[in-house]
Amino acid sequence: MSNISRRKLITTGLAATAGIAGLAAASHLARRYGLIPPDGGGIYGPGETLTYAAQRILTRHSLAREFPRSMISEKPFGNEVAPPSDAFKRHQATGFSDWRLTVDGMVAHPTSFSLSDLKSLPTHNQITEVVCEEGWSYVAEWIGTPLHNVLDAVGVLPQARYVVYFSIEPDWWESIDMADATHPQTFLTMGMNDGDLPVQFGGPLRLRVPRQLGYKSVKFITHITATDNLKRFGKGLGSASPEGGYAWYAGI
Amino acid sequence: MALLVTGAEIVISHPRFYWGETGNSGTTPLFKISIPASRDTVPTGYNYVMPDQNGWSRYLHFEAAWVLVLTGLVYVSVGLLNSHFRKNVFPAPADRKWSAFAKVFAKTFRRAPPDPAESRAYNVVQRISYLVVIFILFPLVIWTGLALSPAFDSAVPAAVNLLGGRQSARTLHFFVSDLLVLFLIVHVAMIILAGFWSRMRAMTTGRIEAPSEHI
Repeated sequence: MSNISRRKLITTGLAATAGIAGLAAASHLARRYGLIPPDGGGIYGPGETLTYAAQRILTRHSLAREFPRSMISEKPFGNEVAPPSDAFKRHQATGFSDWRLTVDGMVAHPTSFSLSDLKSLPTHNQITEVVCEEGWSYVAEWIGTPLHNVLDAVGVLPQARYVVYFSIEPDWWESIDMADATHPQTFLTMGMNDGDLPVQFGGPLRLRVPRQLGYKSVKFITHITATDNLKRFGKGLGSASPEGGYAWYAGI
Repeated sequence: MALLVTGAEIVISHPRFYWGETGNSGTTPLFKISIPASRDTVPTGYNYVMPDQNGWSRYLHFEAAWVLVLTGLVYVSVGLLNSHFRKNVFPAPADRKWSAFAKVFAKTFRRAPPDPAESRAYNVVQRISYLVVIFILFPLVIWTGLALSPAFDSAVPAAVNLLGGRQSARTLHFFVSDLLVLFLIVHVAMIILAGFWSRMRAMTTGRIEAPSEHI
């Protein structure tokens, strides 16, 4: 003990103060530039915030890897979903001809799209991998319209910061920030491997977010809303995943 | 420890390993671990589904990974700057031959009492193990882990492509973690053999007490 000198004590104290001041400044900057995820509180908050902030600084515009046609998985794995609701079954019986996608919130022209409306927008395809948080994966071709086409059509207001999207199935909703929402590979997907998107893989309409884990790619989308505040949705953690204990940002 | 426990919990949700880019319950695994999974979509052959622990395990795994990376960076930079690695961890010139290894092992197996100099410096076998852990295994486990992040891969595709694809990266991450666990077990066993409390004191304070305590 006697070996700890006064000088050492002062230096350590100064370093600790500088550290705390640095953290406070970093947290202020992070808040200002939107680098704190909606589930950034609690004991896992610091880790999530570091991950999300690092990804937003380093990978805002990067493109998910695309694969040659020869690498499309012969056996894609459609993860199990809860038994379909009656509402879904009614749509299935009519071949999804009445399926609607409502887009509202902080937009200039709230609009309801039919599937053929969406198909008349510029269509693209991508061969990307679905990556599940459990560890498995497969590669498939996804055909649809980039979400930014729809956002442009409805005129998203500049103050919108997140896009929240809902499945027809209850309690299944997610949200992404504008960087992911306007990303060219974020697709409203209607086709897979040259055919219609099968129900097992989210048909008739799935939002594919290939830079994040599979659970962000919600199946059976009927409603999209733009917002500047995720606190207004559910328990305020950003999406259904953090309410179930899983991270909101799933790009890791 | 946090990384190990949460890593194991995550493996339980899909205890099958593949090689290449893709792999799932419909494809043939490279190998599988014979335990029940925490998902009923995994064909394990057991009629039992383990409780799902992935949510908090993933949160904690990535937070602990940040702690590992940040403290690791401080440790390695300080070690390089104050020549700790050069002086104490790289094998001394006289020890850079196979006979030096043989000597250490022979002495250990004869259970020869350590001479006082040995409690002050690492022997050549320790030095090589520490170098492998610090400069090969830890960087590899971080690399293979990062390669599993879809957003990181979008920015640095080579991180996963060089490893032979996503599933190869996952399998390598598993094996490198196993090697680190093996190191931890041997390391702790050695500490216990050498006298747990005296070693703990030495590690924490960097001071060695009078040799009389070793006898």
